[in-house]
Amino acid sequence: MTDARIFFLPRGVRMRWDGVRGRQVLLGPERALLLDEIGHAVMAEVDGESSVAVIAGRLSRKFEAPVEVIQPDVAEFLDGLLAKRLLEVRP
Amino acid sequence: MNTPHRRVAAPPPIAMLAELTHRCPLACAYCSNPLQLLGAQAELDTETWARVFREAADLGILQIHLSGGEPAARRDLEQLMAAASGAGLYTNLITSGIGLTRARLEALVAAGMDHVQLSLQGVTAAIADHVGGYKGGFDRKMAIAAEIDDLGIPLTLNAVMHRTNISDLPATIDMALRMNARRIEVACVQFQGWALKNRAALQPTREQVDTAKRVVAEATERLRGRLVIDFVPPDYYADYPKACMGGWGSTGLNVAPDGRVLPCHAAEIIPHLTFPNVRDTGLAEIWRDSHAFNAFRGTDWLPDACRGCERVNQDFGGCRCQAMALAGDPFAMDPVCRHSPHRAKVDALLAEDVSDDWTYRRMAPARP
Ligand code: SF4
Ligand code: SF4
Repeated sequence: MTDARIFFLPRGVRMRWDGVRGRQVLLGPERALLLDEIGHAVMAEVDGESSVAVIAGRLSRKFEAPVEVIQPDVAEFLDGLLAKRLLEVRP
Repeated sequence: MNTPHRRVAAPPPIAMLAELTHRCPLACAYCSNPLQLLGAQAELDTETWARVFREAADLGILQIHLSGGEPAARRDLEQLMAAASGAGLYTNLITSGIGLTRARLEALVAAGMDHVQLSLQGVTAAIADHVGGYKGGFDRKMAIAAEIDDLGIPLTLNAVMHRTNISDLPATIDMALRMNARRIEVACVQFQGWALKNRAALQPTREQVDTAKRVVAEATERLRGRLVIDFVPPDYYADYPKACMGGWGSTGLNVAPDGRVLPCHAAEIIPHLTFPNVRDTGLAEIWRDSHAFNAFRGTDWLPDACRGCERVNQDFGGCRCQAMALAGDPFAMDPVCRHSPHRAKVDALLAEDVSDDWTYRRMAPARP
């Protein structure tokens, strides 16, 4: 089960550090999403080049967790942002 | 304000609506601006707005909506955009498109504009120009929408729906797709400001609203991942009120063209509130300490019926401005609520004769 889709941030969506709240936030039209540590770890890997499978592999090493467990979570998180059009995807 | 008043701790605000001007070439009968419109001479200058944007960012505001009236009526819009973006804010321009050109759009993008929200009065020139009270407005809007698309600027189409145009909802959604918008807001008129004055002409029928809900549900499924549809139903037909922006003074603030800061755009209707001004008070102090922002924070001031209600942390007793407008008391539960002793007033309004006439939003002639 390799997920070869490549996600990227469309124009008009960006992530930045929010110094007042001490959190990373994802900003898009009418949306400000405060990211938790995991959300930020995933988003930091979304570079428009790495596939979901590659991102899951990197996070599995980083968090020392099996990739079979990580990949569905990563995909679900990214799909949620896709539905809100805060991310776009290349097949 | 010298009189002591309650203070309730609040998290930092997330969004600011900056009403740069009340001037506007259009005259929509549902405008959310107050009935008393301000002229150009009352407006904050460029430097003051720039300072307010920096104060906003320091306070924790993440998003700014540059709005009006028509923000393009300000000749310094490009400078204001640069100031907002330079302060680190996510910038959204709320515009009718009138007054913009390709060159101005390019300058705004260069200044850091993140997103445009384009209003739509109707899907044909006949309807749109009638609703906006401005001949030729529709054609100019379509031309600027094409430029926005061509420049790849992220776009939300904001369609305000009422009795005259709500049946065109499917065509409205199609138009959003043709414009390559990522989002559409289907906002049924909320009865505040000019819309309240023109309610009898704007109120959709129950059947119209039910049909609109079905259209939205179907389109949301069909267009998932392609177009985000945000639907704001009219609350007079609902059993429970809408939440007031996540609670009064809890997520956002509104700066009027003359620098007064309001918890919401309609708050002027509440007579016992006075609104501090950014010309003489810092934004953080206004947010934290002012009477207007603290007046309805939290839920402990609500009537007993609300405080004992399981929905209280969902709707916070509803809209204060609506309680004022319909029940004559800003501390009352929102009269839309079926538990409200004033619900009959809402039903009576719904049963009233409809009117085919509305009063266009225009500036009153200058006072002598
Ligand atoms: S008081 Fe009413 S009009 Fe004002 S923000 Fe709340 S819901 Fe909106
Ligand atoms: S009683 Fe008050 S809290 Fe309960 S639904 Fe009605 S307005 Fe909301």
